[in-house]
Amino acid sequence: MSIQKKYNLRNKIIPVAVTVSPVAVWLVLLIAVPLLYIFIISFCSTDAEHNIVFSFSLANYAKMFDPSLLTIYANSLAISVLTTVFCILVGYPFAYIMAFSSPFKKSMMMVFLLLPFWTNSIIRLYGWRTIIGRNGYINLALEKLGVISSPLTMLYTRGAVVLGMVYTLLPFMILPIHTVIDKLDRSYLEAASDLGAKPVKSFLHITLPLTMPGIFAGTIMVFIPSLAYFFVSDILGGGKNQLIGNVIERQFKEAFNWPFGAALSILLILITLLLVKAYMKTGGSLEELGGV
Amino acid sequence: MPTVKNIVEVRHVNKYFGKNHVIKDLNMEIKEGEFLSILGPSGCGKTTTLRMIAGFEQQSDGEITVEGERVEEKEPFDRNVNTVFQSYALFPHMDVYNNVAFGLKMKKLPKSEIKKKVSDILTLVQLEGFEKRYPSQLSGGQKQRVAIARAIVNRPRVLLLDEPLGALDLKLRKQMQLELKRLQKKLGITFIYVTHDQEEAMTMSDRIAVMNAGVLEQLGRPDEIYAEPESKFVADFIGESNLFDAVVSGVNGGIYTMEAETGALLGAGGDFCIRELVCACVRPEKTKFSPSPVEGFGLCGVVRENINIGTLIKSIIVLQNGHEIKISTLSGEKYPEKGKNVFVYWDPNDAVIMKTVSQEIHSMIENVDLGSFVKKAGSRAG
Amino acid sequence: MKSLGECEMKLKRKSKQKLKKRAGTVYTALVFIFLYMPIMIIILFSFNTSERNVVFEGFTTKWYGIMVQNSALLYAFKNTLTVGFWSTLISAAIGTLAAVGMYRYRFHGRNLIDMLLYIPVVIPEIVLGISLLSMFSLCHVSLGLASLVAAHVTFCIPFVVFTVRARLSGYDNSIEEAAMDLGANRRQVFFRITVPVIAPGIISGAALAFTLSVDDIIISFFTTGPKSTTFPLKAMELVRTGITPDVYALSTIVITVTFSVVLTVQTVLYKKNKKLNES
Repeated sequence: MSIQKKYNLRNKIIPVAVTVSPVAVWLVLLIAVPLLYIFIISFCSTDAEHNIVFSFSLANYAKMFDPSLLTIYANSLAISVLTTVFCILVGYPFAYIMAFSSPFKKSMMMVFLLLPFWTNSIIRLYGWRTIIGRNGYINLALEKLGVISSPLTMLYTRGAVVLGMVYTLLPFMILPIHTVIDKLDRSYLEAASDLGAKPVKSFLHITLPLTMPGIFAGTIMVFIPSLAYFFVSDILGGGKNQLIGNVIERQFKEAFNWPFGAALSILLILITLLLVKAYMKTGGSLEELGGV
Repeated sequence: MPTVKNIVEVRHVNKYFGKNHVIKDLNMEIKEGEFLSILGPSGCGKTTTLRMIAGFEQQSDGEITVEGERVEEKEPFDRNVNTVFQSYALFPHMDVYNNVAFGLKMKKLPKSEIKKKVSDILTLVQLEGFEKRYPSQLSGGQKQRVAIARAIVNRPRVLLLDEPLGALDLKLRKQMQLELKRLQKKLGITFIYVTHDQEEAMTMSDRIAVMNAGVLEQLGRPDEIYAEPESKFVADFIGESNLFDAVVSGVNGGIYTMEAETGALLGAGGDFCIRELVCACVRPEKTKFSPSPVEGFGLCGVVRENINIGTLIKSIIVLQNGHEIKISTLSGEKYPEKGKNVFVYWDPNDAVIMKTVSQEIHSMIENVDLGSFVKKAGSRAG
Repeated sequence: MKSLGECEMKLKRKSKQKLKKRAGTVYTALVFIFLYMPIMIIILFSFNTSERNVVFEGFTTKWYGIMVQNSALLYAFKNTLTVGFWSTLISAAIGTLAAVGMYRYRFHGRNLIDMLLYIPVVIPEIVLGISLLSMFSLCHVSLGLASLVAAHVTFCIPFVVFTVRARLSGYDNSIEEAAMDLGANRRQVFFRITVPVIAPGIISGAALAFTLSVDDIIISFFTTGPKSTTFPLKAMELVRTGITPDVYALSTIVITVTFSVVLTVQTVLYKKNKKLNES
């Protein structure tokens, strides 16, 4: 073997093989292949014993547009849109304040933001039932203050589901926005103020446009999951506010119609890909989606 | 006198980075125990050469041997060569003691022996008491000395240094230059030192290898390189010089008469024929001026300015074609008056005459010998 | 001498800034109240005398005793910790190796692997969950702790890779050459130099992986077997019948432990940073 070839083997080929092959094998076997598989079975159907029949059919994709499902889609989309909007409204100021704080404050805010997530999401969401239920603390407080005469129905409404979603997904909006604001070159703002811009104007014309990629990234990290977080709907929605995720879940756990569930999943993937493509077209980078 | 062995030999080495031919037919011999500098501008290939000797780069062609063994046959961790890196490369997670002891630990020496060697070497580089400090707590000069200690403690036969003083301020750099030289003499290790600073190379080296664009221009002692540059590049790169492109018009007893664009000049040394294109080089301190013409010289110009830099006075004289000539005179001695016309001359023996590339093209056109054309194209073309 | 008008303006600006800062603090406090309200409920109601967690009726610590005896609950909790441990370990090992290899070398398929890494991060977890379930079913893999760990590792690896990669930028490669120059072979360089220097990144990545694994609901939902239920899934079961205070008791303990660990780590890091900056 020539000197160059031997050197390449020792210094390039073997190290690459040793470090990268575990992850490559894992990703192919447990991500690429399974996804390919559900793509395939989305075109299949089931027999009487719920076994998959491997014959090509577009029936599942037709079934997706069944009128009964369309209302669910509409409702699910509404919930996701509301969730995203509220996350932006609540999360942006928080991210902004965090980015302009001292390093100590910043890390403290980050720690306390993420600390709740070490506790079980299910139990935390359940805790909300005690707060917004008919006999819950909010109603109690409002009645005591004389604002209302009879308890409000908050639990098991669409609003409750949105509340639960925002509660669970808020950090995923805050982190990307914070990263972008943090990286913002302060001298832009200094230049703006030097040229006479008042703080509000400077925010609207400089900060906001330049941090749009962060908002977009946060939107993707919130909107997509909110279509599928069926457990939020289960706990706070009372079975009335079904998401696309609930439908998929039913196919696998109750209806045993896996091909249809697969088709719906492909639909979700398509929505995701569209959003990500739009995101990248407007200049967003994939790294920010990692939230790291 | 006992002949000094060659400890490193580089033969016909070529290196390509993709399509870039960065090292061109390099031949070099480094003697045991010497302090050799590889000097050249950025991008000339000096660091690449060093890394090939160290084993971090692989030559595309040719042979490099260290102590008689071919370099590619062993991995970097298997050799008796140590490197001091430009960025020092101190291990940030280890204190000074563990950094310096690293090589000894790899050799699996007993703990007590390691302790003694490390403390001895730290004393040698004047860093006693620094064992527990971490790299982030050290100044540039201290980091540099730890890097040197870490390399030397292993008693390598050859020490490679890649511009180690680049990040230090001037005063510290000058101090470290002397310390390194002293260290080298004391330990007797062969130092191969890469730098772009010609003053540094001249101060420290036993010999200097001047490189330019992947080619070794000249290898010799500092005084040789200064007084007898073999090419225009070397003459220009080392110290200051006045360079004239000229044609040889006559020879008389070893003294050549040459015609430059602006007039005639004299020089000595070398073997040239009439009508050969050459480059004459004279150092500013050897260049003289006179109010009246000097025989053999036809260079005449106006004194544009005199600059006083303390020990010397530098005068700039502009010839008729705009060519600037530098004359340096020791402070206190007579120097040309600003604005006046002067005639420039020198002792012909002080001028070095060098072949130029144009000479090669000229000779190729004159003597169409395809055989020699192919050979020359292979070795020096490009 | 500054004019009166200038002094006035300066005071105005200062008070405006103070107002802004105060508004910011108030807002932050409100958001944290929002985030921690349910947690307060959990802690409070773990001492509730009533079994139904609707109204706080009285104070008792009996639920902590009951919780200790609730074997089903503790079994699920143990599973969560076991799965969390193994997923973190495996994904940290694979992810770190991959991050180092991908950062340093250019090779065919690097972009493909990069793309594959983003998939678990971006696509909805439910899709990953059902695709893994389908695969396991096709290959007749029985669902249990092993399948669960495999699923968890799959979505943890990308986060480890990204975290370690972020830490690697700014990594001075010449320290590895220096180590080799001093006699370390490749294996020694990796374990004595590379890993210790990027350790902070590996630890963050591992912490992130552990968090994701321990609170994972959707993917576990589809890839776990009847005997390997996890704490979140057990809680989901219990939502149907109503969560009893002993579950809150366990959560309170988890909250307390987590809180203390994180605060301790933060304090230690803060002190260490202070010391390094002062010297």
